[in-house]
Amino acid sequence: MSPVVYAVIAIPFAFALVLVALPGYRLTSVLNVVASLATFFAGLVLLTVAGGVSDYFIVDDVNIVFIVLNTLVGFTAALFSASYMGHEIETGRVSLASVRFYHAMYQVMMGSMNVALIANNIGLLWVGLELATLITVVMVGLYRTPEAIEAAWKYFILGSVGISLAFFGTILTYLAGQGALGEGVNAMSWSLLHAHAGELDVSLLNLAFIFLLVGYGTKVGLAPMHAWLPDAHSEGPTPISAVLSGLLLNVALYALLRFKMLMSANPAAMHAGPILIVMGLVSLIFAAFMLYQRRDIKRLFAYSSIEHMGLVTFAFGLGGPLANFAGLLHMTMHSLTKSAIFYAVGHVAQAKGTQRIADIKGLSVSHPGLAVGLALGVLAIAGLPPFGVFMSEFLILTTTFARHPWLALLPAFGLLVALGALLLRLQSMLFGEPNEPAHAVKASSIPFALHLVLVLIAGLFLPAALVAWFQRAAEFLG
Amino acid sequence: MSHVYEVSHFLAGLMLVCSFALLYQDRLLAVLRIFAAQAIILSLAVSWEAWTQGRPHLFITAALALVLKGIVIPIILQRFILQLGIHRDIEKVVGVVLTMLIGLGLAAMSQMLIIGATTGAPAQAREGLAIALAIILIGLLMMITRRNAFTQIIGFMSIENGLILAATGARGMPLVVEISVAFSVLIALFVFAVFVFRIRERFDTVDVEALERVRGDQP
Repeated sequence: MSPVVYAVIAIPFAFALVLVALPGYRLTSVLNVVASLATFFAGLVLLTVAGGVSDYFIVDDVNIVFIVLNTLVGFTAALFSASYMGHEIETGRVSLASVRFYHAMYQVMMGSMNVALIANNIGLLWVGLELATLITVVMVGLYRTPEAIEAAWKYFILGSVGISLAFFGTILTYLAGQGALGEGVNAMSWSLLHAHAGELDVSLLNLAFIFLLVGYGTKVGLAPMHAWLPDAHSEGPTPISAVLSGLLLNVALYALLRFKMLMSANPAAMHAGPILIVMGLVSLIFAAFMLYQRRDIKRLFAYSSIEHMGLVTFAFGLGGPLANFAGLLHMTMHSLTKSAIFYAVGHVAQAKGTQRIADIKGLSVSHPGLAVGLALGVLAIAGLPPFGVFMSEFLILTTTFARHPWLALLPAFGLLVALGALLLRLQSMLFGEPNEPAHAVKASSIPFALHLVLVLIAGLFLPAALVAWFQRAAEFLG
Repeated sequence: MSHVYEVSHFLAGLMLVCSFALLYQDRLLAVLRIFAAQAIILSLAVSWEAWTQGRPHLFITAALALVLKGIVIPIILQRFILQLGIHRDIEKVVGVVLTMLIGLGLAAMSQMLIIGATTGAPAQAREGLAIALAIILIGLLMMITRRNAFTQIIGFMSIENGLILAATGARGMPLVVEISVAFSVLIALFVFAVFVFRIRERFDTVDVEALERVRGDQP
């Protein structure tokens, strides 16, 4: 495997080392953006090199999708973070001391997510995901308000429960492979496990998958293990909310998918698909109803993330090239749109000085630019045409309809319920008498615009190369 | 070589007893000592595995468990407890009988699950894994039933003890994972220390219930 592959890991960790040593916010924020951009290019380079497998790392069609998406959103979130956190320091919400290691942690977080994505060793996959989680726990607690500490605590407790169960599942997977692959590192290599899936110990594999499902499912935010997610999203800094929603949930889902592939490659193992379908639907419909009771704008969109991750899980549970394609597309669209919404929400919260939906009124009068942006983002995530989310949701529903007509009613129902809630909340924020206080917002709108343009282009026309690439990945997902 | 199994099962069983003791113990310092004892037994169990499996690098894991979790962390936490002046506090543990019964149920369930699923594996791995799962599940139960930040930390670290026991019992599992577990404990301690400090700073208590009053989504 060509050494250029390791750049997506090496760049973030190298920059993290540099950033730890540097004081001052301005310089480190610029370096953070540079590092993230370099990582993004390193991710793009993966598209040109042929895939490969080594003992510890793997590059194939599936994880390239995740890595490119991860590094792209990582870059725009870094760009957004530079201006956003600058504003937070100016207004005194965070002290310079508490953001001292913010950028170094940001790079470690990106690096460890990439480790998880590129890992071929299931132990390494777990380490990457665990490290990324622990870093985000610290970042969620960054503001040190009672709410932030409670959110971080809850995230930590539930996250570590998930971590432990996933690790136990990893051990069981190793034991399941030991008979076929012998003791040692081979029985932890995903590609070898996949190649010898038929020879794995079935009862151990089934048991392992249950633990992995609950463990990594907690990270994906699947109901009923989702309790940490809304708190962590609403109390942390907004760039971290964007990264959590847009990336970390995906990485956890990716881990789950790898194990689902092992399960489906073994005909004697239990069918993972129906379990994922049920969990996905429960999350989708539950979150759609919860949207109506939300009073905090970031919690609103956190529940919307649960809803969409539920839909993606549902699509992957359905399986088959078409549903997997739709699932991958929807995951990509959701990442782009949701992080764009969090960028807009960050600006709205700064403009109005609050996250309470009831206190945000008349945006269309006081901040027309922001209002248009937020409206476009919400319309996109609600699944209205011409945006890409509409396209992917449509694909998921039609695929489901073609295979199990009655089953398609459930996700369609959930999506409509969510659409109602989102439009209701959007309307109350955009219109009405603008309330005080209203600050001017000076922040970069590039990350937001970039994401939304991408989502719009995807909704209007998908380039053939992209379709072919996603199809290969979907084919491989099985 | 039946004594090989017997010793490792004996040590794992002792760890399980510690887990049950953790479940009902209501004095903080006693909880801390039981945890330290569990970690020391863990290091013995890991050393035994290292010896009988002929994998000397497992001694590193054993040493880490002994020094970090058996000695250093308990001393730090004890100092912390004494500084905060909460060593006389008695945490009310609700429904001891019920909790113990659930704990017993979990232990029985893990036996049935693992023994049922591992018919092909060697006997030593099966029993060890079943006991390790029981320790993990009881640790989870402890984290759920306790309201005190300290005891939740201890619960989490006893889960890690169970994980290490399971990882070393799985023959030939590569070192990378063992290092990662040790690593994770370190980071966990760091994160926990930060939080306990901050919770204290904010609320003058380490009772998690104080946290539950503040929640972002109230009207």
